[in-house]
Amino acid sequence: MANYSTSEFKSGLKVMLDGDPCAIVENEYVKPGKGQAFSRVKLKNLKNGRTWERTFKSGEKLEGADVMDLEMEYLYSDGEFWHFMMTDGSFEQHPAAEEAISENKNWLKEQQVYEVTLFNGAILSITPPNFIDLEVTETDPGLKGDTAQGGSKPAIMQTGAMIRVPLFIEIGEVLRIDTRTAEYVSRAK
Amino acid sequence: MPFCGINTQLLIGLKPTECLHHKSGRKMNWQPSATLEALHARADLNRNIREFFIETNALEVELPILNHAPVADMNIEPVEVPATDVMPRLYLHTSPEYSMKRLLCAGSGDIYALGKVFRAGEAGGRHNPEFTMLEWYRVGMDHQELMHEVSDLLAELFTGSEVELEDSPVFISYQQAVVKYAGIDPLHASDNVIKQLGIELAGGNLELNRDGWLDMIMSHKVEKCLPQNQLVFIYNYPASQAALSKLNHDEKGQLISERFEVYLNGLELANGYHELTDSDEQRTRFEKELAVINRDNNRPMDEKIIAAMADPKAGLPDCAGVAMGVDRILMLQLGLKEITDVISFDIHSA
Repeated sequence: MANYSTSEFKSGLKVMLDGDPCAIVENEYVKPGKGQAFSRVKLKNLKNGRTWERTFKSGEKLEGADVMDLEMEYLYSDGEFWHFMMTDGSFEQHPAAEEAISENKNWLKEQQVYEVTLFNGAILSITPPNFIDLEVTETDPGLKGDTAQGGSKPAIMQTGAMIRVPLFIEIGEVLRIDTRTAEYVSRAK
Repeated sequence: MPFCGINTQLLIGLKPTECLHHKSGRKMNWQPSATLEALHARADLNRNIREFFIETNALEVELPILNHAPVADMNIEPVEVPATDVMPRLYLHTSPEYSMKRLLCAGSGDIYALGKVFRAGEAGGRHNPEFTMLEWYRVGMDHQELMHEVSDLLAELFTGSEVELEDSPVFISYQQAVVKYAGIDPLHASDNVIKQLGIELAGGNLELNRDGWLDMIMSHKVEKCLPQNQLVFIYNYPASQAALSKLNHDEKGQLISERFEVYLNGLELANGYHELTDSDEQRTRFEKELAVINRDNNRPMDEKIIAAMADPKAGLPDCAGVAMGVDRILMLQLGLKEITDVISFDIHSA
């Protein structure tokens, strides 16, 4: 991979730091009139999602990270790996280990397309779409006539996610869920 | 691509891949980076600065931008103009300091200059590789007296602006400031103590020397803690950071350099010295810097300034001088956060 100097650091650039792939979030140039020039950089660790600040000497170089974001469809889990398939017609499959899926396990639905981040050819993380349609598999019976008032109840979705839903929702209904907040949005169209 | 010389682009702080000339199919942005309102404010600021110096009897002088010898400071990178068949290799000035000092040696008396200077690679929210500097010298003053004049000028310039300045500035020595805000004594702490604090602030080990780590502590810790809406003068820097200021002993007998910096709301506005006048010491300091610079370069020493200082019939009179960032003053006056907001065409739109 190419090396990048601090003057080339800008938001979105992927670099290697302490053995982990990271994305540059912000880069602030700090230079006393007489004195050492620094780049104060905010980075996101793409393995664990942690964001932190690190200062470099201006002109210092970091190795680029072989990181690619691709669209893939979720196929199935064999208990150990979660398998995804490229959507470019190649049918190429990639397994994801548990740490790459982590808390997104609740949003994995077969045939759904996800943004998959590959690092050195292996799945590093997945990003679900902001909104996803899921079927309710378990919830208390719906309350008729209670379509407008507030109040909510827990419901378990087909992926195992537990979501607070309005009281009128029945088992078997398909709901639109915001994956960023794990909140009910509406009934699916 | 004749206008995309990689070296030139690196020098001005752009990526080699950022070609600034027209590409077909992409909309060309020709608009200025500053508003017309900011440009009016700049014209007013220039006029107010000139009025101050007319009233205080300093002579306005113009200095060469193209020079045969560059600045001898390992932390300041000049823009080099490569030699051609019709001109030797030249350097754009990074401040008019050497030329102004030669005028002082020639008997000019108090002088000031207002104009553009150039520093390769300095680009960011508070930096543009080409920026406007106000530099002036007062014969017979030391750095303490000059700090008070700087304070008078800035108080005038910020009257009626977005910054409501506290009436009296803060004057604090470098040692007091670092003790107060970073908890260590910069003149006496061991290299290791300074390095450990620096590593903590940087989030990693950067392979810096003692002064480099002190710069880290100043920029990442001390500057962030300085009082707001009040001019802060930090004076008497470590002897190792003297640049072109005189060395002296402070009231506690500690060796310090007679240098000061001015800060306002997190921005470094000016850097001043009780000027070094000893030509031998000047040569020694130049040689020390150039030894580092010329590990990767082949740059000449400015022999003319040394000759002027060493001339028994001339020499640099006892004086104090200061260089001030005019663009940053304008940013503060207008309450703007980015230097590009006050520059007609910043480096990306020039």
